[in-house]
Amino acid sequence: MEPINEVKSVITPLNQKNVDTDQIISKEFLKRIERTGFGKYLFYHWRFDAEGNPSEFVLNDERYKDSTILVAHDNFGCGSSREHAPWAILDYGFRVVIAPSFADIFYNNCMKNGILPIKLSVDEVESILSKEAYNVAVNLETQTVTGADGVVYSFDIDPYQKKMLLNGWDEISLTFQYEDHIKAFENKKLAN
Amino acid sequence: MAKTIIEKIWDEHVVYEEEGKPDLLYIDLHLLHEVTSPQAFEGLRLNNRKVRRPDLCYATMDHNVPTRNTRNREQIKDEIARKQINTLQENCEEFGIPLADMNHPDQGIVHIIGPELGLTQPGKTIVCGDSHTSTHGAFGAIAFGIGTSEVEHVLSTQTLWQAKPKTMEIKVTGELGFGVAAKDIILAIISKFGIDMGTGYIVEYTGEAIRNLSMEERMTVCNMSIEAGARAGLISPDATTVEFLRGREHVPTGEAFEKEAARWLTLASDEGAVYDKTVEISADEIEPFVTWGTNPSMGSGVSNHIPFTKDFAEASDQQAHEKALTYMGLEQGMPLTDIAITNVFIGSCTNARLSDLRTAASVIEGRKVHPTVKAIVVPGSQTVKKQAEQEGIDKIFLDAGFEWRESGCSMCLAMNDDIVPAGEHCASTSNRNFEGRQGAGSRTHLMSPAMAAAAAIEGHIVDIRKFQLDSVGV
Repeated sequence: MEPINEVKSVITPLNQKNVDTDQIISKEFLKRIERTGFGKYLFYHWRFDAEGNPSEFVLNDERYKDSTILVAHDNFGCGSSREHAPWAILDYGFRVVIAPSFADIFYNNCMKNGILPIKLSVDEVESILSKEAYNVAVNLETQTVTGADGVVYSFDIDPYQKKMLLNGWDEISLTFQYEDHIKAFENKKLAN
Repeated sequence: MAKTIIEKIWDEHVVYEEEGKPDLLYIDLHLLHEVTSPQAFEGLRLNNRKVRRPDLCYATMDHNVPTRNTRNREQIKDEIARKQINTLQENCEEFGIPLADMNHPDQGIVHIIGPELGLTQPGKTIVCGDSHTSTHGAFGAIAFGIGTSEVEHVLSTQTLWQAKPKTMEIKVTGELGFGVAAKDIILAIISKFGIDMGTGYIVEYTGEAIRNLSMEERMTVCNMSIEAGARAGLISPDATTVEFLRGREHVPTGEAFEKEAARWLTLASDEGAVYDKTVEISADEIEPFVTWGTNPSMGSGVSNHIPFTKDFAEASDQQAHEKALTYMGLEQGMPLTDIAITNVFIGSCTNARLSDLRTAASVIEGRKVHPTVKAIVVPGSQTVKKQAEQEGIDKIFLDAGFEWRESGCSMCLAMNDDIVPAGEHCASTSNRNFEGRQGAGSRTHLMSPAMAAAAAIEGHIVDIRKFQLDSVGV
């Protein structure tokens, strides 16, 4: 996956909590057998009406056209485990998602795809969402989000996951280095 | 020291641990289906990797499969769906993974056939690229949904890097009342504690009301753990667990089974084990449940009305409530039993086992589906379907005006042709009522099989307790 450290962009404010993965990528788009090409279907039923015309949704707002940072409320990515959700987010152009909390499976899926999920407090997220066309600079190394107005928000991230994201490492190759441990575990299991 | 079952299973499966890293956890059983696996297999091919333990994998086709007219892959009309399904067959053949193909007698929803075949066993770590993998926790296994990258990781290494989760006990005390089902327990829990109460936790369900459930009912409860945010929810094994598994295809026989069963029972949480968090709910306070909104926590006991916006303290909740009601086309303050139903779906990994179909059939026997309702039954597996047909349950449904289909995920997520039309309300025994879940613009009401069956007869949501009492003339 693509390494990630610094991302600068206007934020896309998605002022909702409990955004589920069915909304992020609807089931009719899950039949493809590739990892790419899901971006055009991101939030499809919120972006387009029944006739396929753009609706009044934040992704259709010209101001956020080139945004690479999505900001939402609590429990982002709940529901289905479909990795098509982060694939769609990435393919659309987002590299960072900021929310007070994420669903566990979605959070993990972001980590495997070079998307940085950042947890800030509810108050911090509300403050970010309340600002007009807010530009921020995200830095994973320093674990900060710095606003154009000079406000600095710090975030926590698991050091292992941070290292994976910064380096864009392939986790499977790393795990192969533990083959002896896996084999020993299996042998012990067989002996029991 | 007293340990929970969660800690016991976890500790037994740690392959490698190191400060500052998640644990490398061994996976005993990897279930696969057509939707979340193709990109993982493609990853193996691109990197010239093998499946490390095909013998610990088991695959089936469930999400996409049509439920009528055909059990032949080549006759699937949707070209992209057909390609995805054929791809699973090709991948299983290439990598040597056992597959219950569409026309196989063991085919069914992956979370229904695992337990049926005895692949699901106490003490195992079980994963699948599907969030309802939590179902298997009913047997006292740590079972959780994973993404496709993790599917690829398990295929390659039979392990996953996992941070040790926190533990939560959800204690359900007392006894369930008349007409109250396992589905109502889990819907009541989610409604009371919230859609994200389980984030970061593995849940153990305990208490008298849980102990008294059959294995099929326990699966219904554990299935929807993810709807409370918990990746995994489990129940300590007991005699009910052992008896369910006895004689199943993939469990040992004779003396070996007794030995294994004795080991399973030692996995149960120790007396006095401490959880990171404990919450309690009394079974006496649970009534038959119905959802009225667009996530599984937006539900109430059937005797209630839809909450008023002013009932919510926080602005964000008020806003979510109004958005949900607009989508659902419902008014605040409306009695739940006034909600008209035009579609009924009895199926899904939550409620499509034999006991679910028996219960629904007993409600509708000798009655007719309301003229404005289209009702379908989709058995969870070919085995369930066959057993039900042997008992004559299919006839009861067909006589009442239900359609009797082939097994699959079907209208739970509407990836195949089984779709609720836009704007219509569906009484559904499935697990998610998200916007568009059963088809663009569809409006889902989650409930138990008995409640869905009664709604099919009446054409609106009904209180199953009243329905049953009326039917015996009380």
